[in-house]
Amino acid sequence: MAVNTKTSLKKRDSDLANINKQMAILNGEPFSNGELPSFAKKIKDTTDQFPLRPKKLEIIQVNVGYMCNQVCAHCHVDAGPDRKEIMTRETMDKIVNVIKTTGAHTLDLTGGAPEMNPDFRYFVEQASAAGIKDFIVRSNLTIIRANPKYHDLPDFFKKHNIHVVSSMPHWTRGKTDTQRGDGVFDKSIKALQELNERGYGMPGSDLRLDLVYNPSGAYLPGDQASMEKDMKAALLEDFNIQFHNLFAITNLPIARFLDYLVASENYEDYMYALVDAYNPAAVENVMCTNTISISWDGWLYDCDFNQMLDLKIDNKIQHIDDYNEDLINNRKIQISQHCYGCTAGAGSSCQGVVA
Amino acid sequence: MYENRLAVVERFFYALMNKLILVTKNIIMDKTYYDPKDLRKFGKITEWSEELGTKFFDYYGQVFEEGELTAREKSLIALAVSHAVHCPYCIDAYTGDALKRGITKGEMMEAVHVAGAIQAGATLVHGVQMMNKVNKLEM
Repeated sequence: MAVNTKTSLKKRDSDLANINKQMAILNGEPFSNGELPSFAKKIKDTTDQFPLRPKKLEIIQVNVGYMCNQVCAHCHVDAGPDRKEIMTRETMDKIVNVIKTTGAHTLDLTGGAPEMNPDFRYFVEQASAAGIKDFIVRSNLTIIRANPKYHDLPDFFKKHNIHVVSSMPHWTRGKTDTQRGDGVFDKSIKALQELNERGYGMPGSDLRLDLVYNPSGAYLPGDQASMEKDMKAALLEDFNIQFHNLFAITNLPIARFLDYLVASENYEDYMYALVDAYNPAAVENVMCTNTISISWDGWLYDCDFNQMLDLKIDNKIQHIDDYNEDLINNRKIQISQHCYGCTAGAGSSCQGVVA
Repeated sequence: MYENRLAVVERFFYALMNKLILVTKNIIMDKTYYDPKDLRKFGKITEWSEELGTKFFDYYGQVFEEGELTAREKSLIALAVSHAVHCPYCIDAYTGDALKRGITKGEMMEAVHVAGAIQAGATLVHGVQMMNKVNKLEM
């Protein structure tokens, strides 16, 4: 079904720009009438993980702003060129201080398009100097070709040994452009070729280039290993492009994807599909148990999805100003029905499958 | 005269409305053989015959595992067969399965054409039987 992909829900003043309306849908039927069990009940009945609590903190994920050059139909951030929420240098400095002492091994920058934050390069330079083992930037690829001021990004990434993780929903033009907008496929291919030229994604290269696959519609991702094999073969044969790993990520029923599910009358079937595919083994390694998510304005969340639903961490410390890793690691993770998206099948996280 | 005509038109619309309500009721009350929601209940067939149902689902699961054919190839075969056996539940399930596996629309439609070609061929090859009979009967 065609969806409005020109502007964000917020700009459209859509009902679902209101987080309370999103939560009302997630808490409504088929959960409120008992047709499907709530996520809390499900993990209580099937695992010993209730209430869900963090383990060792491994990943600090920072959302540096919701501005993006694309308006993807499935975006859980509701990002777009019209979003003005942008992290300031002051907040970045506070995060750099956290990085100096954290026990986490991975820093994961996301957005929006993180590169559109005017202080993006400043942040990367500072954070890189602060010392972190794995430094990820989630780049949408087209940003590299969007404007001459971004053309040197592949060199910038290489200089700071950035681990690039990029979205590429399909190896065919049609599926990619349907989800992410006209022209996205060709620009993404060009950007991937440029990254390959710098050594990114090449066999044996330390310059990591991973791709993310999200389904382009109301269905769950297939087997990650098979998808990786198919995408590797197709991109190599058609475009001489190489990459390291493919992360298959399930679309969560939040923001624009939720809007799409409701408008296309797929919501109920999708929630049934998520619950049917529930895998208790995935609960143990769900990403909120090893991640902390920080918003553009410094608030702390269990994950980027909870950030978009404004479910702040359940702790007396909720902001980067008061950051204390030991204290925040002792908390109950905020859950709702959207969490089924991370426990379906082999599980789903920003690093791909978990089970 | 005018009032009489109006009464006729009124009765016509009243009857039409009642018919529409009846048709809608029938749809709402699920008076159809197929309901997409029934696909979700497929697993329940084990409730009335656990041993056979379980054996079927174990077999079914194993058939679709990666083997000498890939799971992707099996999914496309299943999609084609679903069309050949006119099973709406199966078409629903294996269209979704194909999308999950990143199978393209073009590949899916080609698979359906394979089913269509075999079905057409199965009809047409009987034309030989017809020809044989005609040749036998005609002088």
